[in-house]
Amino acid sequence: MLNELNIEVSTPPPDLDAVLQQVAEHKGCGTEGGSGKASCGSGAGENDLPQEIWDKVKNHPCYSEEAHHHYARMHVAVAPACNIQCNYCNRKYDCANESRPGVVSEKLSPETAAKKVLAVASTIPQMTVLGIAGPGDPLANPEKTFKTFELIAKTAPDIKLCVSTNGLALPDHVEELSKYNIDHVTITINMIDPEVGAKIYPWVYYKKKRYTGVEAAKILTDRQLLGLEMLTERGILSKINSVMIPGVNDKHLVEVNKAVKSRGAFLHNIMPLISAPEHGTVFGLTGQRGPTAQELKALQDSCEGEMNMMRHCRQCRADAVGLLGEDRSAEFTTDKIMEMEVSYDLESRKAYQDAVEIERLAVSAAKKSEMETLAGEHSDISMLIAVATKGGGKVNEHFGHANEFQVYELTTGGAKFVGHRRVDLYCQGGYGEEESLSTVIRAINDCHAVFVAKIGGCPKNDLKTAGIDPVDQYAGEFIEQSAIAYFKAYLDKVKSGEIEHVVRGDAQIRQGALMASSAA
Amino acid sequence: MTYKIVESNCTGCSACEPECPNKAISETKDGLFIIDPNKCTECIGHHDEAQCVAVCPIDKTCIIDTSFPRYQAA
Ligand code: SF4
Ligand code: SF4
Repeated sequence: MLNELNIEVSTPPPDLDAVLQQVAEHKGCGTEGGSGKASCGSGAGENDLPQEIWDKVKNHPCYSEEAHHHYARMHVAVAPACNIQCNYCNRKYDCANESRPGVVSEKLSPETAAKKVLAVASTIPQMTVLGIAGPGDPLANPEKTFKTFELIAKTAPDIKLCVSTNGLALPDHVEELSKYNIDHVTITINMIDPEVGAKIYPWVYYKKKRYTGVEAAKILTDRQLLGLEMLTERGILSKINSVMIPGVNDKHLVEVNKAVKSRGAFLHNIMPLISAPEHGTVFGLTGQRGPTAQELKALQDSCEGEMNMMRHCRQCRADAVGLLGEDRSAEFTTDKIMEMEVSYDLESRKAYQDAVEIERLAVSAAKKSEMETLAGEHSDISMLIAVATKGGGKVNEHFGHANEFQVYELTTGGAKFVGHRRVDLYCQGGYGEEESLSTVIRAINDCHAVFVAKIGGCPKNDLKTAGIDPVDQYAGEFIEQSAIAYFKAYLDKVKSGEIEHVVRGDAQIRQGALMASSAA
Repeated sequence: MTYKIVESNCTGCSACEPECPNKAISETKDGLFIIDPNKCTECIGHHDEAQCVAVCPIDKTCIIDTSFPRYQAA
């Protein structure tokens, strides 16, 4: 088993075209559940993807929520220039939630960026993926992007490289991308209809000219789809990000989903628009709202029959470093990196990763055995639960320390990861405990229960009043195994008439602002 | 005339720098960008639009500097 772990960042197998075609035709994961569906809900699950693709992406934290429990990604920004303007992006600041006006995230030279990546990777063995994303479009400044990839590929061949782009310049660089052995490309595609596009993109800069309106959107969509086709032709995996903008492209995204699927994209990640006046974006200022949790889930569900959906994207800050919601970027500022002696030890990274694989097998074995207790059960009841975790696939975070909750959907088909809710308060500042608790409740109001390692008496009572069951009996145990056990007990209580099943309301999405056009 | 960059608007995104046909744009030590008035030709003879204006994400950042005489194509 373990010798399969080496993820080659190398030329894809010759039959990848066929594989991509299979992926395109593949119907997304249903709720039939069963063993091995460990990460089904994240969109990329072992049983949902052809083995070749699964082998490629299973350790990629951006593709598999389950992998995100064990592996970390980092992004570096080397090329903040952009060639299009998006109404959900404020080019002046890259994170409105943290914006101290005038502070843009650190712009690194390719050399500094490469050193930073090596420094992080030798300190954090979980770091397996490097993304070059926003702010800006990496392909609007291709020299810097490719230089960075080249430097890293030389020293750290085990790190997977990926690039996120708005697609405008993509067709010009597919050839070069394939040379650098970059096998994951994310394209942000919000529309295929220029009329819709004109409401999202004020202008594009293409072939030395600025285009506006429908004309601009037409150029953009043509280039995006061409770029996607070229990637598929060359066997480079492509993921599509779409920003769901209610009233603008929400219904249209079903069409987008079909268009990208037929062109070979293997994963579609629909993300909510995050919009507030203080972000200073066009949508923020015009009062364009983002979707609610139920609206987002309904759209993701309606596309899921078509292809794999990705539900765990955290819209991380571009320069975030770490596992799950954690951010260790403060440990790796340019000053600190410059002083670091970096020795890149492939062997010890490999040893760590082998150990992680053993733990991952334990998680899925535990889930499998628990699923057997549900065998033969059939019920229409489905519910959401929120889980406080800091990784490892376990219920292991205190209620009060959680920056985010992972949300699982429970049915007799099993436990399925469907997303997460951010509840950290760093961008609010100065609010008391009462406010923070009500923020949490609003964020997980659609859940029946919240699984935590520990919780105080006060929040416990408040959660109960809000109709959310605080559950701490599974502290330290595997999430999915616990969730299935809880669901089984719940069904039994409903059956015996001890409790009555009620449907929960909607919840509010609070995530980091989506600023760059090409949020990874 | 020549173009200039309004310092307080510039985000330092660097989009303009590679687009200038005359290599008139360079980075300052603060990470912002400036136009060398002796090199800027308003893109005359190269492009229909001033490239720095076309690509700059912030409106009214790359603007005409009227303190210089109009560029004369040689
Ligand atoms: S107007 Fe043209 S020549 Fe002058 S700085 Fe801008 S891009 Fe360069
Ligand atoms: S494109 Fe505009 S904002 Fe960006 S560096 Fe040039 S002048 Fe500054």
